[in-house]
Amino acid sequence: MLSYIAHRLLLTIPVLFGITVMVFLVISLIPGDPATAILGSYATPENVAKLNKDLGLDRPLPLQYLAWLGGVLGGDFGRSYSLNRPVIDEVLERFGPTLILASAALFLCVLFGVAAGVVAAVKQYGWQDKLVTLIVLIGISTPSFFLGIMMILWFAVRLKWFPTGGMYELFGDEGLLDLLHHLVLPAFSLAVVATGVVARLTRSNMLEVLRQDYVRTARAKGLREGAVIYRHALKNALVNIIPVIGVQAGFVLGGAVYIESVFQWPGIGRMLVTAISTRDILLVQGGVLVVAASYVMLNLVADVLQALLDPRVKV
Amino acid sequence: MTDTSLNEMDAPARRPGVLARLRGNGLAMLGFALMLALGLLALAAPLLPLADPDITNVAARLQPPFSDGALLGTDQLGRDMLSRLVWGTRVSLAVGLVATLVATLIGAFIGLVAGYYGGRLDNILMRGIDMLMAFPYLLLALAIVAALGPGLLNAMFAIALVNIPFFARAVRGATVSLTGREFVDAARLCGLSGPRIIGSELLPNVMPIIVITMSTTLGWMVLETAGLSFLGLGAQPPQADLGSMLGDGRKLILTAPYVATLPGLVILFLVVGTNLLGDGLRDILDPRLKAGQLSRPVAATAAAPPAARRPDDETEASAPGLLALRALRTHFEVGEETYKAVNGVTFDVSAGEAVAIVGESGSGKTVMAMSILGLVATPPGRIVGGQVLYGGEDMVGAPLPRLQDIRGDRIAYIFQDPLTTLNPLIPVGEQVAESIRRHRGIGRQEARDRVLALFEAVQIPDAAARLDAYPHELSGGQRQRVGIAMALANDPEVLIADEPTTALDVTTQAQILKLLDRLRREQGAALLFITHDFGVVSELCDRVIVMYAGQMVESGTVAQVFAAPRHPYTRRLMACVPVLGSPERALDAIPGLPPPVNRLPKGCAFAPRCDRALPSCRSGEIALRPVAPDHLARCIRAEEEA
Repeated sequence: MLSYIAHRLLLTIPVLFGITVMVFLVISLIPGDPATAILGSYATPENVAKLNKDLGLDRPLPLQYLAWLGGVLGGDFGRSYSLNRPVIDEVLERFGPTLILASAALFLCVLFGVAAGVVAAVKQYGWQDKLVTLIVLIGISTPSFFLGIMMILWFAVRLKWFPTGGMYELFGDEGLLDLLHHLVLPAFSLAVVATGVVARLTRSNMLEVLRQDYVRTARAKGLREGAVIYRHALKNALVNIIPVIGVQAGFVLGGAVYIESVFQWPGIGRMLVTAISTRDILLVQGGVLVVAASYVMLNLVADVLQALLDPRVKV
Repeated sequence: MTDTSLNEMDAPARRPGVLARLRGNGLAMLGFALMLALGLLALAAPLLPLADPDITNVAARLQPPFSDGALLGTDQLGRDMLSRLVWGTRVSLAVGLVATLVATLIGAFIGLVAGYYGGRLDNILMRGIDMLMAFPYLLLALAIVAALGPGLLNAMFAIALVNIPFFARAVRGATVSLTGREFVDAARLCGLSGPRIIGSELLPNVMPIIVITMSTTLGWMVLETAGLSFLGLGAQPPQADLGSMLGDGRKLILTAPYVATLPGLVILFLVVGTNLLGDGLRDILDPRLKAGQLSRPVAATAAAPPAARRPDDETEASAPGLLALRALRTHFEVGEETYKAVNGVTFDVSAGEAVAIVGESGSGKTVMAMSILGLVATPPGRIVGGQVLYGGEDMVGAPLPRLQDIRGDRIAYIFQDPLTTLNPLIPVGEQVAESIRRHRGIGRQEARDRVLALFEAVQIPDAAARLDAYPHELSGGQRQRVGIAMALANDPEVLIADEPTTALDVTTQAQILKLLDRLRREQGAALLFITHDFGVVSELCDRVIVMYAGQMVESGTVAQVFAAPRHPYTRRLMACVPVLGSPERALDAIPGLPPPVNRLPKGCAFAPRCDRALPSCRSGEIALRPVAPDHLARCIRAEEEA
């Protein structure tokens, strides 16, 4: 297993490398002179020249990239012009809240998605199945930003069960309960689409697995249906579901941008939206790079989990 | 993607009835209607008698819906909501469609080129695609918008770009498998250039894939471009799409919630519509992907009520043995067709007796065996008649907990293919221990000790180490020894072995059969041995039952049947067995095939293949009748010499 993990880790290196190339190349998409674009047309020529030098834009592209990569590896993502502080400091500060929100949403999507999928498969064509199918359809079609606004309208404004936004009460003690209270609405809003996808996939995989000969063997042993479904069938279905949960992590991390904006959640997503409006390209680069890298790592975790579950997965 | 799956896929696409079949799918039609309504509304926007969506009227701001002159109210600047919704839908739909077209064109081009030319070009292109996929979906789009600057056009391109991989991957996969096919080789030999082949031979064939991907991504692209506008990164005022309307309205959520709710609902309708339509199209164009259309078998085979299953008096009258089948009938109901897999089978198995069930594939012997403890898949299987008496108690339709108590404890199965019948993710020792713990309620360690003893009894080499092995780590013979250990685990009274050696090589077969025979004699278990091979019957069994087309055609002791088979089918089956030491003996295959059990002929089911059939064989039901003490045959010419 250790050798498998090591092997998978090695495989992530070229992916991470590719991500840095893509993120770097984004700057070259900027129409015209990037420094002017970043600083705006009222910038003084000195400032433009200084930024060009800071960004290394006076050198050939590959050299620019290497210099930039060297900085990134050393934790130097440049300086945010709009915030006037190192990008890395801002990004790391914002990363925690995003991770909390995304993990909560992933947890909810696995919990409810798998449960709904299993119920739908076991009660195929029953009312439970039809209900799950309907909820899944609405779930995967609902824009999460719209759902978030509706959640605020009903559960925060009308019913006053939850706060309308933010991560902690102002001047509160920033305790865990306070955090959870603030987390419920955004986490649910973020989880809905992924939950639908996971439920749909769990249902079809469970139906497939329940037809297998080894399920008949489990029944022939006299095992009760609970053991047949959870010990024998679900375990096999999960082998196919786990990689998709890894992919869903990407949709959750991306969707966090909307949800953080709707709920004033102080994470990277909201930072990115502000940074784009103020054209703070370096801040965007840093934020995108960190979130993309954490997505790669989440997929690595999914692969390792799958290998732990399935003894047939070998390096 | 394999060739066969492609065949399955493009065959229905060529049929003219795509639209006709779409009409048959209610949900897809609902999606189609939604899309059509919203699409027509968007197209007709300039023709409709609507207020100008951009004219502000602060005096009439935030009029609630259903007020005079503004059916859906006005927004914070007094603009007519209905008009803005229609125009916003027009923008959102147009942007989503154009993004889809851009992604389709670029993605399909990359996929076709990479798939057709292969090699390094393929490698470079697909690694680039992988890089795009390495980003969380929305994030790359954000980075691109950051570089290009906010704006609807830029948002559209960004969303198109991040969707390119879905098209490139799907189209490449289809192209690669098509490129190996004959018609592409033929086109190449005719001297057609690469671009010509891609355009005229490959493109039409990957079209279904492209359409499926378009229909499943269109909803996403509408949603994501609206999302970017919602964040203020897409449409800029005064231009408005549904996303930016929602974004503006959200500030008024406390005072005028409808300003945000209405555009949100329209987005929802748009996306529900495309998703429904997309799912419908996918089911029609690519049935392989049709999710969840498979039926899963339930815990026990469905059975008709006892009154409907009660057999005729004559068969019920005989005192049942340990296990007794009485006029058992198991049918498969698929659509309009009824497949009579088991069609009235009656026999007894006494304690400690070994009975062979012999017949070709499709004769109903496995379904009969699985019917005994309700292991036939429902749907489509259903026990429509007869009884299975175990110790005088009817197992058909018995309550599930009772059935589960018998399964694996008093009556145990050995299945045919031990690779598919063992759970790939659970160590084999645990799979056997599970059965013991279920029925004996003993602790983990005690069960493990018992499994070890069983593994040694079935002669698994290095048994202690094999306890924790997974099925894929064992040879076929070892897996079947595990299967036997599992069946013997609780000292059952009846063992049902369904072709236990068919998947094994000949030398292993002999060992396994010997082992099975010895162990079941030691335990005193009765054996129901299902096989298509007459050769092994005489070594193992006391009695033989021959099945054909779901019915017993002959039964008797091994000595009787081997000395004087009375049914022509039995004779032909016995002639199929090679005799060791007589290589000159011709092996007689039986001409023809068994009749399909949904269209059984009138009279004797074997008559069409029988060289001794008389006209009267085809006229009516042939009875199973005694031809000697304990010897039954279903043939009107049973008394004649062969």
